[in-house]
Amino acid sequence: MSSADIYRELILDYYRNPRNFGKLEKFDISAHDTNPLCGDEIEMQIRVGENSKIEEIKFSGRGCAISQASASMLTELAKGKPLEWVKLVAKEDVFKMLGDPELGPSRVKCALLGMKVLKTGVYGYLGAHYEDPEPGT
Amino acid sequence: MLKTEAVDVERIRRDFPILKRTVHGKRLVYLDNAATTQKPQAVIDSLVDYYSRYNSNVHRSVHTLGEEATAAYEGARGKVARFVGARANETVFVRGTTEATNLVRFAWGEKQVKKGDLLLATRMEHHSNIVPWQLLAKSKGATLKFVGITPDGNLDMEELDRLLGESPKLLAFTHCSNVLGTINDVANVSRKAHKAGATTVVDGAQSVPHFPVDLSALDVDFYAFSGHKMLGPTGIGALIGRKALLEDMDPYEGGGEMIREVFDDHSTWNDVPYKFEAGTVNIADAIGLGAAVDYLTSIGMDKVREHEIRLLDYARETLSKVKGLHVYGPEDSKERSGLIAFNYADVHPHDLATILDEEGIAIRSGHHCAQPLMRCLNVSATSRASFHVYNSYDDIDALKQGIMKAGAIFKV
Ligand SMILES: Cc1ncc(COP(=O)(O)O)c(C=O)c1O
Repeated sequence: MSSADIYRELILDYYRNPRNFGKLEKFDISAHDTNPLCGDEIEMQIRVGENSKIEEIKFSGRGCAISQASASMLTELAKGKPLEWVKLVAKEDVFKMLGDPELGPSRVKCALLGMKVLKTGVYGYLGAHYEDPEPGT
Repeated sequence: MLKTEAVDVERIRRDFPILKRTVHGKRLVYLDNAATTQKPQAVIDSLVDYYSRYNSNVHRSVHTLGEEATAAYEGARGKVARFVGARANETVFVRGTTEATNLVRFAWGEKQVKKGDLLLATRMEHHSNIVPWQLLAKSKGATLKFVGITPDGNLDMEELDRLLGESPKLLAFTHCSNVLGTINDVANVSRKAHKAGATTVVDGAQSVPHFPVDLSALDVDFYAFSGHKMLGPTGIGALIGRKALLEDMDPYEGGGEMIREVFDDHSTWNDVPYKFEAGTVNIADAIGLGAAVDYLTSIGMDKVREHEIRLLDYARETLSKVKGLHVYGPEDSKERSGLIAFNYADVHPHDLATILDEEGIAIRSGHHCAQPLMRCLNVSATSRASFHVYNSYDDIDALKQGIMKAGAIFKV
């Protein structure tokens, strides 16, 4: 896999034209995180609707194409889903969504930052606690 | 542009075994020297030699190995001190620049800084010359203020003068910025600080590895640098301090070797610099740093500097042809060190670094541990290519080609 494959049309499109970018005026869940290695930054806000569904979701932040596209695509996937769905999302789902690019360990963190923020916010709202995998795993 | 070299790069490259490796099937083009440099065979050999021939603790054993190890460790201290125009008895071995500034924070700061005092740093500092002073200010109830930078990437001398007028206790500033490349006039700034009654802590992490430094002419109180950025091993560096200050300071860590006598209720301290080297020291890496100093001396630091200036000029000219590429820092290569921080169109530095890596090119991308400076530049990250004596014009051509490839992928 080459970088031309990582940065295919899809990722560049979401990087330059992020969907669901911005902030919600009224929201029930808000979470924010940065990647200390590189300073990538993502914030997500969610308004919870009937039957604990994700009624509205927006993200904001700045960083590399992978982190921003991944967060944007994740908000699209999440919209309309029940909150419990967020618990089932795994990193493999995120990779698949991005087109299974071959990423080194440091870039994997970029790809997963959006998922981390989403999970942190939703787990907290559900009274649970999201813990990142331990270093070295 | 004339592409002549100030040093025999081909010969020098043969001294660095790692430069033979390939990355993703491509020749390694290592342009991340400001983060850490590669090591010549002579440095690697010095570590192997120590462990395989005379490994022993220092300063405690009278047997042959102990004597040899002590002589080599103290010999390295002398080499490192002479390399920067200092004396061995004011040269403390530490883990690196970060430990050096933290040592000053504890051993000098805890005793000297009082509630309400003012501490100064600059906006071009690495976090290692900011965070210790933030922590000190917090623990003492002191205030930390920053000297800003001008739009061309130099220290704002007017703001410096104004803040020095507020009688600060400390001025922490860098000899050379790891992002802008700016080389500060250390003697001048330090003299101003002393007139205002401030103690100076100078970060030499990006200066000692790249050009001649003569501390006997710089009039600073504390000066810090890291061995791993100057062809030496990781885990070793030096803090040079004015003798009288070091003697007046409290110890940094307590333990073996730093004491003269220990009683039940108190202890007395060993002489400087041993007072600050508690426990078993990093013997092997200190010896390795001595070997790195020998290696650099054999080339000549003025030659290293001349080589880097030529590479810098060439890189600036080459990259100026890339549309959408913006370089940070002073214009004149004579006023800056051999590194270039830049941004390229809307290609994020991490994405650029990933694409370059595929071409075997190693650069640094991110905030470079200088977030206050990133805020001044109004960016969250930059890319940085930084040179050392084994880099060649070919490396810079490869960099440009890699950037053009990123441009094609991102459709810049
Ligand atoms: C200007 C500057 N100061 C301080 C440091 C910190 O050095 P070290 O990590 O070796 O302690 C670095 C490098 O990371 C640097 O570039």
